[in-house]
Amino acid sequence: MSAVNIGEILKNLWNGSGYSMIHWQQIVMILVAALLLFLGIAKKFEPLLLVGIAFGMLLTNLPGLNTEANALFHSEYWFNGSINYGEVLNHGGLLDILYIGVKTGIYPCIIFIGVGAMTDFGPMLANPKSLILGAAAQLGIYMALILAITFGFTGEVAASVAIIGGADGPTAIFVTKTLAPEKLGAIAIAAYSYMALIPLIQPPIMRLLTTKKERMIKMEQLRTVSKKEKIIFPIVVTIITCVLLPSVAPLLGCLMFGNLLKECGVTDRLSDTAQNALMNIVTLFLGISVGATAQFDSFLTVDTLLIVVLGLVAFCFSTAGGVLMGKLMCWITKGKINPLIGAAGVSAVPMAARVAHNEGKKWNPDNYLLMHAMGPNVAGVIGSAVAAGFLLAIF
Amino acid sequence: MASLIATKFTVPQGLLLALVGFVLVLFVLVVLMGFIFLLSFIIRSLDKKGKKAKIESEKPAEEPALAPGSSGQIKLNNVDERTAAMIMAIVADELQTPLNELRFISVKEVTEEGK
Repeated sequence: MSAVNIGEILKNLWNGSGYSMIHWQQIVMILVAALLLFLGIAKKFEPLLLVGIAFGMLLTNLPGLNTEANALFHSEYWFNGSINYGEVLNHGGLLDILYIGVKTGIYPCIIFIGVGAMTDFGPMLANPKSLILGAAAQLGIYMALILAITFGFTGEVAASVAIIGGADGPTAIFVTKTLAPEKLGAIAIAAYSYMALIPLIQPPIMRLLTTKKERMIKMEQLRTVSKKEKIIFPIVVTIITCVLLPSVAPLLGCLMFGNLLKECGVTDRLSDTAQNALMNIVTLFLGISVGATAQFDSFLTVDTLLIVVLGLVAFCFSTAGGVLMGKLMCWITKGKINPLIGAAGVSAVPMAARVAHNEGKKWNPDNYLLMHAMGPNVAGVIGSAVAAGFLLAIF
Repeated sequence: MASLIATKFTVPQGLLLALVGFVLVLFVLVVLMGFIFLLSFIIRSLDKKGKKAKIESEKPAEEPALAPGSSGQIKLNNVDERTAAMIMAIVADELQTPLNELRFISVKEVTEEGK
């Protein structure tokens, strides 16, 4: 082999490698992905999804993997008008194929079946007033919507940013993949990061809006809910809400289906699969394919920064909405409701309920608010799904 | 999904949209709350009726007759139940009479001072 040929081979190898095509923005994205991996692994910030999202982000931003031939994910297939699924299947990369589950809404809905199978609506059925707290804690969604519109976002993007305030990852992904798919990476990262930060975000707001006396309120023990109530509930909720807001059917229908599997007592195997194996498999695909949408050209923008800020604002207002409604109910019931449980109305289950419980225990060590807070917490899941249905119906 | 209205909004339009959305969520959840109250009321009243009927159907036709002498109460004066039971058993044995045919009115501890 001649020396000239070796030089040519090496040159071709260099030209074909990603190192020759590296761009500073890709380096930034790799650093962002590394930071998210650190937060997920070392700090345990929603690791089940954040690790997948960060790794998807890493894969999609590696130099050399963004060429037509080598790309694992082609943003041009998804974000430029109509989607040609034939082209995706014939020429798409691995993450394109996995992303079909996000784009068609299959993954968030399957996750909702699992969430339903893991959720006990008993505390909410025992204290139906907690539904009002769950509704009030959606305030952040609408405050963020107004702010996003004020900042000049289109209605679709504003709605997708606003839904972060619902503190519900699958719902945020479901709305964004329909209304603003190009922002999916930023919105999913913001939603899951803030959900992980709930123990830091909520307590100062809870303390700011309540008095010491209110925080110390002990609540009466909840009644026992019969099996019949638990079985009938998901069936009737599906009928009432899906007929009123058909766009909410995929999310709420799946949530209630999962819950029925759990409560009916004759489908234990299905319930077990929905809340463990199936949910884990889908979480894996969802994380990595959502992360793949965060490509440097669409992610490193001022919009992403605004989305992160507005997401935080949405979370704060949702917490405040729940606590303020809790205060109102405390006043109406003459001190029978501890306003702290209102903060659990943001639907991050069960973390928000745990935060309310721990905060109550700090001020009154005999206080046991967990089951009382679970009511607004699961009501928040329904509330954010209804809010998502409304936004999808409008845009 | 086809957009029903213009995608660019003015701030007042956004405010109106947010207000309608918030009221809708509140409305749906209040309807659900009303439904849950109704459901629990119906189920609990049906359960109560069911329980009553069950208790009545399970009620024995006639109470079995008590053995003579086994009814009534016994007064224990400074004596614990275990000691009283032992005393009654000893008395029955001494009298060669079944315990349920004897009637004990009271068992009292007799002390030196009480003599």
